Amino acid sequence: MLLIDCPYCGPRSEIEFRCGGESHVQRPGPHDAASDEQWADYLFYRHNPKGEHRERWLHMAGCGQWFNVARDTVTHKITAIYRMGETIDAGAGS
Amino acid sequence: MTRTYSALSLLREGFNAQQGWQPAWRDAEPKSHYDAIVIGGGGHGLATAYYLAKNHGITNVALIERGWIGGGNTGRNTTIIRSNYFFPETANFFEFSVKLYEGLSKALNYNIMFSQRGMWTLAHDRHGLEMLRRSANAMLLNGIDAELHDGAMVRKLIPGLNENPRFPILGGLNQPRGGSARHDAVAWGYARAASALGVDIIQNCEVHDFIVENGHVRGVVTSHGAIRSDTVGMAVAGHSSVVAAKAGVRLPIQSFALQAFVSEPVKPCLDTVVLSPATGTYLSQSDKGELVLGAGLDLYLSYAQRGNIPWMERAAAGVVELFPAFSRLRFLRQWAGICDVVHDSTPIISKTDLGGFYVNCGWGTGGFKAIPAGGWCLAHAMATGEAHPLARGFGLDRFRTGALIDEASASGIAH
Repeated sequence: MLLIDCPYCGPRSEIEFRCGGESHVQRPGPHDAASDEQWADYLFYRHNPKGEHRERWLHMAGCGQWFNVARDTVTHKITAIYRMGETIDAGAGS
Repeated sequence: MTRTYSALSLLREGFNAQQGWQPAWRDAEPKSHYDAIVIGGGGHGLATAYYLAKNHGITNVALIERGWIGGGNTGRNTTIIRSNYFFPETANFFEFSVKLYEGLSKALNYNIMFSQRGMWTLAHDRHGLEMLRRSANAMLLNGIDAELHDGAMVRKLIPGLNENPRFPILGGLNQPRGGSARHDAVAWGYARAASALGVDIIQNCEVHDFIVENGHVRGVVTSHGAIRSDTVGMAVAGHSSVVAAKAGVRLPIQSFALQAFVSEPVKPCLDTVVLSPATGTYLSQSDKGELVLGAGLDLYLSYAQRGNIPWMERAAAGVVELFPAFSRLRFLRQWAGICDVVHDSTPIISKTDLGGFYVNCGWGTGGFKAIPAGGWCLAHAMATGEAHPLARGFGLDRFRTGALIDEASASGIAH
């Protein structure tokens, strides 16, 4: 069970949150210049690492804010939490 | 020495102090070269190896497994077999699988304990009932038998349902030929039959890397050294992304944990399989007497084979809501399996951009019921280089062309 430290509300139980999937996915564009491969990549292909993963979470039953989490997919240990629009270096969380 | 299992062989071994039984399959050491390599010793991999030998006459096959056979998701699922899908492509494929299961004990000479005890989906509101009606019509149009019953009949046919539930039971859809089988027996039965045809089953052998020359696979590097072959199939659902990445192949898969539980064993009390999407419950009773129940996916990426507590509570609450008599039972075991989740909830059986490398993956939460057909179709692809007619819509190209088979929406799969 995860204890997630919401940057706005502090540590709360995972049942208050919802995971929104991989962070930092960039929409290809302009739309009429992107190839089928680029669209497939954007729509369906995600990083699925066995290890650290950057993902978006929503504090659904709290402040309603989105933020980023770096979390290990094997141990589930959360190594970094940072706000939307921010980035951190690869491995910076661990 | 006893090679075939029968009533007669039981009798003979009874008189022989049980001395003549042989190990069911050979635990092999790898040779340096094979005609085909199958990675993954779960149900799908073992079935693939068996059908390569049986259907295509390719017997110089290595099946390599990182742990022990049947120890991954084959040993972690709730063993339900059904074909209640919506679109013709998926319905035909899963129905073919159910039919193979029906003849499997005989074909493998191994009792897989397939019990066609029916598989119920319950509706608790008018909209749920409309969805069941739609589902029943789709099944009938696809030539799969289905029975729609009203609430009174559901109560009559399923013992022990709550007399006064919070969510009224308005109706139910039964697939009478659905049911459950013994998961280990499916793995062991395929292993034994494949081994008898000459397949080398190599356990405790992990794939570290792929040997690739000019865009074509030429073998794998394993913890037992290099094994060469120009045809490699992969059936490692749960870790599909991880293994395929070693071959430089990306897959549109995300890995999530799905947990299941068994209660302490009790006397026979539930003679069918019950799924209630509204209460988040599915359960059946094993031959050992344990209630087997499952939860939903933990909706964040995970390779940890354990589930979270909120889902455990929700699954238990759903069971108690439907069957109050089970409220005093205790959980005996809890575990999770890692599921390959694909955007459209339709499996992938496909060639890849790497020549000679074929994948069987993307089973979501329901790979067990597809084991015979999944193995059949991957073996066909590996042997002929072409997709089996039943798996033509299951290629990786669908994510580029947009020709998805969207069972995620159509049959209400919850992920």
